[in-house]
Amino acid sequence: MNTVVCIKQVPETTEVRVDPKTNALIREGVKSIVNPVDENAVEAALQLRDQHGGKVTVITMGPPQAEEALRHTLAMGADEAILLSDPASRGSDTLATSYALAQMVRKLGAVDLILCGKQAIDGDTGQVGPGLAERLGIPQVTFAIGLEVADGKLRARRVLDDFFEVLEVKMPAVVTVVKQINEPRHPSMRNVLKAKRAEIAKWTLADLEADPKQSGFNGSPTEVIKVWPPEKRGGGRRLEGAADEVVDELAKAIKDMNIAAG
Amino acid sequence: MDFTFNEDQTAILAAVKEFCDEELAPKAKETDEAEAWPAENVRKMAELDLMGVPVPEEYGGLGMDFLTWSAIGEELSRACSTTGAVYGAHALAVVPIMQFGTDEQKRKHLVPLAKGEHIGAFGLTEPGAGSDAGAVSTKAVRDGDDYVLNGTKIFISNGGEAQTYVIITSTDPSRGARGLTAFIVEKGTPGFQFGRNEKKMAFPSLPNRELIFTDCRVPKANMLGRENGGFLVAMRTLAVGRIGMATGAVGIARAALEAAVPYTHQREQFGKPISTFQAIQFMVADMATEVDCARLLTWRAAWLKDQNKPFEKEAAMAKLFASEVAMRTTTKAVQIFGGYGYTREFPVERYMREAKLFEIVEGTSEIQRMVIANHVLRELNR
Repeated sequence: MNTVVCIKQVPETTEVRVDPKTNALIREGVKSIVNPVDENAVEAALQLRDQHGGKVTVITMGPPQAEEALRHTLAMGADEAILLSDPASRGSDTLATSYALAQMVRKLGAVDLILCGKQAIDGDTGQVGPGLAERLGIPQVTFAIGLEVADGKLRARRVLDDFFEVLEVKMPAVVTVVKQINEPRHPSMRNVLKAKRAEIAKWTLADLEADPKQSGFNGSPTEVIKVWPPEKRGGGRRLEGAADEVVDELAKAIKDMNIAAG
Repeated sequence: MDFTFNEDQTAILAAVKEFCDEELAPKAKETDEAEAWPAENVRKMAELDLMGVPVPEEYGGLGMDFLTWSAIGEELSRACSTTGAVYGAHALAVVPIMQFGTDEQKRKHLVPLAKGEHIGAFGLTEPGAGSDAGAVSTKAVRDGDDYVLNGTKIFISNGGEAQTYVIITSTDPSRGARGLTAFIVEKGTPGFQFGRNEKKMAFPSLPNRELIFTDCRVPKANMLGRENGGFLVAMRTLAVGRIGMATGAVGIARAALEAAVPYTHQREQFGKPISTFQAIQFMVADMATEVDCARLLTWRAAWLKDQNKPFEKEAAMAKLFASEVAMRTTTKAVQIFGGYGYTREFPVERYMREAKLFEIVEGTSEIQRMVIANHVLRELNR
């Protein structure tokens, strides 16, 4: 079974800082990591390989330093890693990214399964996985919390707001996973050393015969007009004292807020 | 002398630190209070290839040097001292088989130890033989192709949980230390049983058990080194063991320092963080300086070992100094935490109890001073 895992290198912080002029993320001085839930996708792929054999190939599109993120997945135990790095893919939104990744998957040929994390902690769109499935014209399952493969079919358990859904799909398929699907393994020391020496294939858009109109800025209709940090929530109000008094006070406060009606 | 870590070592230490921070440290209190063998941590160490760091790759190890082994051990002990102690005690079986084992013994016993499929332990101490290693009374008597072992070892770290034991016996009592012989004894060998597990001041999850040998037959093929050459096996093992103990002590001392410093910034008295008081600053300065000194002594001993140079004196110095630094540093950490430091809410009281072990185990501070003095009195008498 050949699985491709799509990962993204992201800044290691939940407090993303944004350059107010360019609306781009400020990456200086921030350590880069593999998007956390993408590690779950890698782990899911490794577990399937352990059960069914085959190969795990990890791919990413990003700047040259994204190679480090790929090495981390090799240290986890992935067999191969490919970096698509091309100045012309700068400015890619989720449409252009899913196009580029689809081209990568096509070039890889026989693939049974494509795994992605649910969404990245920087952009938080959750669009690339589904976009990729659309581009490739294959089934997609989002928010998977469980995966099983049997008889060439994939059975996935999706976690939704208030219920689970079990889907069976034909392969190849794209599956995006949630954090709760597994516990990503720590790299073994042998794999850490192996990953350091591993060759990472580097592809450009030309290698993919990618359409320049669908790549980078040209292929990205999304325009980020403004990005700003959310306003800090107020601290709330704590009522203290005897129960009777507190209840009266609470009732009054609710009345004043005009939310009790209806 | 060059302690610059190369790229491989740097990558490995970063991966170990991540494992320690994410897996070991958050559960260290739980691991300690469980009073049970930390099976899951040991399994994970095996999965991560940490049980055979200095073992050559052809015997299933990582093929790194003892300096790396020590740096990894410090990280483990800093995060979870019990797990670090298992790592150190395991090496006491790995090292003698690595150094004295035949190829066949290495294939049979070292490979599973290096892969962490088997855990190792080392049995020297007896009720009447500890500091005086020559007084070992566990007898091994030749009988055909076997040796028959009778006697009792005590305080054996990893005892009961380990599968592979290196046991120091007396094959010629008339010759004292020159009549000792080392054997590899496997758990499950008829006549080999486990006795009581000591209740200690600290490290309740680290077993320190009695090993009881009653007419226990061990094949001659399990003899490690020469017959009557066991004292050398024991001394060589303990010399590396002292680097291991120094390593564990540095780890705990560092844990105490790393717990104390953030607290000095948080804790306010007289309207100011206590980190602004010179009394506290001087304590922190002494702790940091001593931890660094202890680590450098430890690394020097490991480095000498890696260069195949004599390192016995330096290992004794490292063990002596690091264990006493651990005691002083953890005591200061408790002092910095004040009343809270004396409670079990914070880890520093545990560190202080743990530190005391290192001044006693594998040669007390007094024995280390004897070893060092013997070297120095000889070396400088020219």
